[in-house]
Amino acid sequence: MRLTDEQIAKRIAQEFPDNSFVNLGIGLPTLTSNYIPAGRTVIFQSENGLLGYGPRAKPGEEDSQLVNSGGEFVTLLPGAAIVDQAEAFVMLRGGHIAIGVLGALEVSEQGDVANWMVPERGVGRIGGAMDVATGVEKLFIAMSHTTKDGKPKIVKNCSYPITASKVVHTIFTDMAVIEVTPQGLLLKEVAPGLTPVEVQASTEPKLIIAKDLKEIEL
Amino acid sequence: MSINKVVQSFEEAVADVFDGATIMFGGFIGKPGSPTNLIRALRDKGVKNLTVVTNRCGGVDLDMLFEARQVRKAIASAPVPASRKPMSPFEAQYLAGEVELEIVPQGTLMERMRCAGGGIGGFYTRTGVGTAIAEGKEAKRIGDKDYILELPLKADFSFIRAHKADKMGNLTYWRSQRNFNPVMAIAGKTVLVEVDEIVEIGALDPEAIVTSAIYVDRVVKIPRKES
Repeated sequence: MRLTDEQIAKRIAQEFPDNSFVNLGIGLPTLTSNYIPAGRTVIFQSENGLLGYGPRAKPGEEDSQLVNSGGEFVTLLPGAAIVDQAEAFVMLRGGHIAIGVLGALEVSEQGDVANWMVPERGVGRIGGAMDVATGVEKLFIAMSHTTKDGKPKIVKNCSYPITASKVVHTIFTDMAVIEVTPQGLLLKEVAPGLTPVEVQASTEPKLIIAKDLKEIEL
Repeated sequence: MSINKVVQSFEEAVADVFDGATIMFGGFIGKPGSPTNLIRALRDKGVKNLTVVTNRCGGVDLDMLFEARQVRKAIASAPVPASRKPMSPFEAQYLAGEVELEIVPQGTLMERMRCAGGGIGGFYTRTGVGTAIAEGKEAKRIGDKDYILELPLKADFSFIRAHKADKMGNLTYWRSQRNFNPVMAIAGKTVLVEVDEIVEIGALDPEAIVTSAIYVDRVVKIPRKES
C-alpha cells in the first residue's frame, strides 16, 4: 500500500524529540503538527516570527494579524514568543532549530534537495526554504515517492534547481523511510505490504537495505 | 515635548515619494504587518519605475502597484504563490519581460537589510551555497564550511505597519504583524508608518518598544473601519 499524506505526517511526528523546536514547511509538513505523540512537547517555529504557535484558530475567532508562514490563522500556546524576521532567521540559520520538515520536488542520493522552482513556470519561490534547509540540525523531507506519472523523485542528481546541497537527513515518503548516509541511501522502513524490490523500482539510485528493515508502524 | 511625527493623511505621508524610488514594504503573507493604506496612497499618487523590496510580489495590497504598472523591479523571496492560478499581476508582467526580478532567500533578504541599517558592508552566509543564488558571488571557506558573500540592501523609503506609535515615532507591534517591519525600518532612509493607535509620548512602556523613534519619520493613524 501507499501511505496517505496523513500517515506520512504521523510517521514523521514520531521523530520529534520531547521539548524540541521544529520548523514546518507549507503543505504536507504542516500536517505533522496534528500527530505529536501523547506526552511529548514540541514547539513549532514559523519564519514570520512565531515560536510556540498552536492549532488553527476556530472560525470566527481568528486574529487578522496572527498567521503562520503559510498564511493560516493560528493560535498561540502558553509560553509562545513573538520575534521579528531578523531573530526568526537567527534561530534558523544559527542552528537553534532541531528539525526542519520540507516538501520537495526531488532529493538526490547525496542529500541535495530541490523544491523552489519548476523551470517550466519561468519563476520560482524560495521563501525560507534555503535558510531552513541549510540551517537546521536535521532536515526531513516529506513527499510522495514518485511524480504523478510514476517517475522517481529520489534521483542520482536533481534535475530541478536545488535549494541546498548535501543537507537531507531522512526522506519520508508514501512508500518508505530512507536515511541519507555517507555510504548511500539506507532503506530503513517500507510501507505495509511493500517489498524493498518495489521501493527500489520507484527509486533511481541504488538503495542499501537496512539489516533491521521494518514496516512503517501506523 | 515638541517632536511630533504624526501626519494627518496617507496622501501627505507619501507626498515626497519619487519616480524610480526603491521602497521596502513590511508584511510576510496576507494582511499581518502589511501597510495597505500607504500602498493605496502610493497607487493613487501614480509614481512610476519603482523598485519594490518585499517578501511577496502580490496579495491584495501590492497587486495594486503591479496592476497600475508602477513597478520596474522587484527584490523578493517568495515572489509568486505556490499556485499559478489565477496568475498574479506580477507573474504575468515578469513572464512578459515587463518587470525585473531579483530573487533572494528570506533570511538573506532580512540580513542584507540589517547590514544596510547597521552600517555593515556585507556578510558571509551558507544559505544559497551550491545553488543558482551563489552565481557570481564571492565564495569563502571559513572553518570547515562554505559561504557566499551577500551585500547590504537599503531603500529610499520603508512602508511599515505597526500597532501603536507614540507621537515621537516609537512603535509596538501586534502578533505576527512584526515580521519584516522592524528590519525594514532600520534599512529605509525615510520611514513611513501606519498604526492602529497613536498615543502620547511616555505612554508606551520603554521595554515594549520594538522599533525606536530614531528610525521613524512619519506616522499616520489608520481610520478605525479600515484597520
